[in-house]
Amino acid sequence: MQCQECDKRLATLHFTKIVNGEKTELHICESCAREKGELIPGTSSGFSIHNLLSGLLDLESPNPNSMAKPPAAKCDTCGLTYTQFSKIGRFGCSHCYKQFAERLDPLLKRVHGNTVHVGKVPKRAGGRLKTKREIDRLKKEMQGRIEREDFESAAELRDRIRELEKEMSC
Amino acid sequence: MSKRKFVKQALSQWMNGVGPDSDVVISSRVRIARNIRSLPFPMMSDPSQSLTVMEQLLGVAENGRLNGLGKVEQVRLTELTELEKLVLVEKHLISPSLANESRNGALILSPNEDISVMINEEDHLRIQCLCSGFQVREAWDAASKIDDIFEEQVDYAFDEKHGYLTSCPTNVGTGIRASVMMHLPALVITGQINRILSAVTQVGLAVRGLYGEGSEATGNLFQVSNQITLGQSEQEIIENLFQVARQMIEHEKSARSKLLTESRTRVEDRVRRSYGILSHAIIIDSKEASQRLSDMRLGVHLGLLPEVNELVLNELLVSTQPGFLQQAFGEAMSPEDRDRSRAELIRSRLVTTS
Ligand SMILES: [Zn+2]
Ligand SMILES: [Zn+2]
Repeated sequence: MQCQECDKRLATLHFTKIVNGEKTELHICESCAREKGELIPGTSSGFSIHNLLSGLLDLESPNPNSMAKPPAAKCDTCGLTYTQFSKIGRFGCSHCYKQFAERLDPLLKRVHGNTVHVGKVPKRAGGRLKTKREIDRLKKEMQGRIEREDFESAAELRDRIRELEKEMSC
Repeated sequence: MSKRKFVKQALSQWMNGVGPDSDVVISSRVRIARNIRSLPFPMMSDPSQSLTVMEQLLGVAENGRLNGLGKVEQVRLTELTELEKLVLVEKHLISPSLANESRNGALILSPNEDISVMINEEDHLRIQCLCSGFQVREAWDAASKIDDIFEEQVDYAFDEKHGYLTSCPTNVGTGIRASVMMHLPALVITGQINRILSAVTQVGLAVRGLYGEGSEATGNLFQVSNQITLGQSEQEIIENLFQVARQMIEHEKSARSKLLTESRTRVEDRVRRSYGILSHAIIIDSKEASQRLSDMRLGVHLGLLPEVNELVLNELLVSTQPGFLQQAFGEAMSPEDRDRSRAELIRSRLVTTS
């Protein structure tokens, strides 16, 4: 989320201000807060976190670098368009992450400073991941054996791969 | 119907327990966001899809897999009145978003309200664990166990690269948001708060304060939470928050003892004035009420108000909010009526318990 004051740095201070029952949120970065010497800048008009996030996406302004290869404009699973995403700052389904992948990493980098998960892995999906990686490894190995014309042991690997693939589809 | 219980009591049971460092930390919270792989996120769900989500997730509670939590309560949001929803929001048991949207929202609550599971909020599943006092590690452990139980039954949206996929990209990766709600009156009074908050935000944490019209945070309450969910493990996120909060607690405590040794009379005067006003005012707005309650809370912990019970102050912080007031006094009230009822409620609680 971008700082609302300088529009450059990441906002790390978030305030909810309530005046006469009217609630507004304020998001500023640490150095803007310090510059002002206080933590409460003047009043601001109402806006939501997701409006701010969408500001970050900057879809409407043409960017010569990212426009070279336009990504899919629409998620073919849930139907969310990138324009909609850039307005509301939320994805419609898990497939959106793949669909909008090209534009996603720069955004994630700005929000999190990272693009790759290193935490917890669900046991079941994790098991599938492991099997997938094993299949990839075996396929490479099989290719090598075919090139060495070791067809007998390549056939063994082929059977093992088929087994694993069957496991995966269950 | 026991859902009434959740709505009627101002204090959740977990708030009664005096947790570690509860003189500074009100509560610790961990929230985990998860989604079902094959269904669109709630925002894009049609009613039949959100119903499928609700049934699948409530099913996990129904067949007893959450037994470790005691007898959990399931509430479909459609069973609640608007006012009941508002009360649950004020108790932090559901989010305003879940209360406002109509897409088959539901809630699973543990008996003492320390675990609440929201269904069809911004994400399909939001597991929240609240602990009294400074127990952020314990909150993570508890929430993660619930996550494991759901994971046995639910095929989560998970991607090798981006981790747990969430509706909002600010939650992707671990999907966890851990936070500590702190009462920091001495740091505010001694003018050290800005320096400390600046330092905190330099290590990837975010601070939220609730501000009124004046220059001080309402009630001197600050919520410190992790800002990053991608690229750090859950343990790193929790430990970082733990260590930083630990230091803030120590700063607050030393500022308090400094106040006591260097300006005892002035602090005592401030605390007792607030007590005087709260026990005699006829009209009081919510901002002044929370500031005065904050003063009194500081006074209790400095030993300057031996006649006041801290639990009453915790309860009043919750029960003087608009939803609770309306419920206690029956009908929808004008702001003026509310200010009068608030003063009346505070007066009566302070008199009967002192
Ligand atoms: Zn800034
Ligand atoms: Zn999609």
